[in-house]
Amino acid sequence: MSIKGKAYIAGIYEHPTRHAPDKSTAQLHAEVAKGAIEDAGLTRADIDGYFCAGDAPGGAWPMVDYLGLKVRHIDSTETGGCSYLIHLGHAAEAIAAGKCSIALITLAGKPRTSAMPPRAAGAEADFEAAYGATTHNAYGMCAMRHMHDYGTTSEQLAWIKVAASHHAQYNPHAMLRDVVTVEDVLNSPMISDPLHRLDCCVITDGGGAIVVVAPEIAAKLKRPKIKVIGASEFIKTQMGGKVDLTYSGARFTGAASFAEAGVKPSDIKYVSIYDSFTITVLIQLEDLGFAEKGKGGRLVQDGNLIAGTGKLPFNTDGGGLCSNHPGNRGGLTKVLEAVRQLRGEAHPKVQVKNCNLALAHGTGGSLGLRHGSSTVILERE
Amino acid sequence: MAERKLPAPAVSAETQAYWDAAAKGKLLVRKCTSCNQLHHYPRTICPFCFSDKTEWIEASGKGTIYSYSVMRRAPVPYAMAYVTLAEGPRMVTNIVDCDFDKLKCEQAVKVVFKPTEGGGPPLPMFTPA
Repeated sequence: MSIKGKAYIAGIYEHPTRHAPDKSTAQLHAEVAKGAIEDAGLTRADIDGYFCAGDAPGGAWPMVDYLGLKVRHIDSTETGGCSYLIHLGHAAEAIAAGKCSIALITLAGKPRTSAMPPRAAGAEADFEAAYGATTHNAYGMCAMRHMHDYGTTSEQLAWIKVAASHHAQYNPHAMLRDVVTVEDVLNSPMISDPLHRLDCCVITDGGGAIVVVAPEIAAKLKRPKIKVIGASEFIKTQMGGKVDLTYSGARFTGAASFAEAGVKPSDIKYVSIYDSFTITVLIQLEDLGFAEKGKGGRLVQDGNLIAGTGKLPFNTDGGGLCSNHPGNRGGLTKVLEAVRQLRGEAHPKVQVKNCNLALAHGTGGSLGLRHGSSTVILERE
Repeated sequence: MAERKLPAPAVSAETQAYWDAAAKGKLLVRKCTSCNQLHHYPRTICPFCFSDKTEWIEASGKGTIYSYSVMRRAPVPYAMAYVTLAEGPRMVTNIVDCDFDKLKCEQAVKVVFKPTEGGGPPLPMFTPA
């Protein structure tokens, strides 16, 4: 069974805040839930499926209690920042199977106000934590090896940030709205070689939510019909020590989602690509098939990702690099901007013309250690 | 420069022997006698063939840097790395006792053991060979 055409995104909401010391995390979940339900033209009582990840205080059942939901299907799959793309696929599966008909997915977190609670350690922790393995240096190792194997340069990585900043200038809610140059990126302080400060995403408080509905519900609503036509998930591991840092799980999820959707990379008008770091974008674009392995640097350079002038407009809200990375988890906002593009509701300066087919891809965990991947392909009907 | 303090690694029942060997200056790798492949981090059940016939072998301590990243923002900068052991598996580690600006992928390295806080087992790290 395929989920192609079995579910539609009817409601979306991104919290405008980027700093919320005056709000609780559960409150942010509720505010984004309310926003997405109202965007869909539905009510809270219509929700019969709920999806949340590790950022939800206490997990699914305390959140269902807090939100006052009455649901017959729950899913708290936790794969870091890509959890919500997996939730979208799972919601489509549940709807197709008749387990629910109106699903709510929420994300919220406040890492800008205070450090997020640590994830429970896995069995690998004995062999990584004491060495000081962090998000920054693990992604740094991916970038270093990509440069070694393929000649990718810091200038090429910088172009990814430059493109994001061109888009963020039009987003009034973006945390960083100044347009930056390649030189600005290269001159920013080195965080963990070869990644500079401006190769890294922002740290923001905030959240977002998505409402996914069955086709018969979508037909009754007054919102543009955004159909889920491909969804997939994968966990890429260290493979028992056969580590290869030059590719990601997107190699598998991209192929699976394109096959399910029956489309190819050249058909896609707009891409939302997980951008925890610039290198994340480059490796995923290669793995998804937008460039040959090793040639991602040439794809992203010279403004090629900038809407209006570039060949492959990406993250037109400014993405995680400039706008928002709520709860240190950037996957849900990737879906939101893809839906805005398909609805024609992106900022006019970055709206892609005739945008009928979009892809959103997420990575969760660490590209350099182990990570979840999910690719979702959406079509405007 | 301030000395970098290393936290003691968590030690589980499954990996006690690995850390006991490290305390004696030996680097162990787990080998599966069913499929004859070596893996890291060590597991009782082989991650390749799922056999429970695994054993410890002593590694040569030689390897090459697969990739690295110098954490410049840490209070005391350090070099995170994956080292490809001469025996095959790639392991998460640090490169120490060297000029961080001269590190390169594929550079030859050898194991050294660095003490951890609170009398924990030492961590196998690597230095240019």
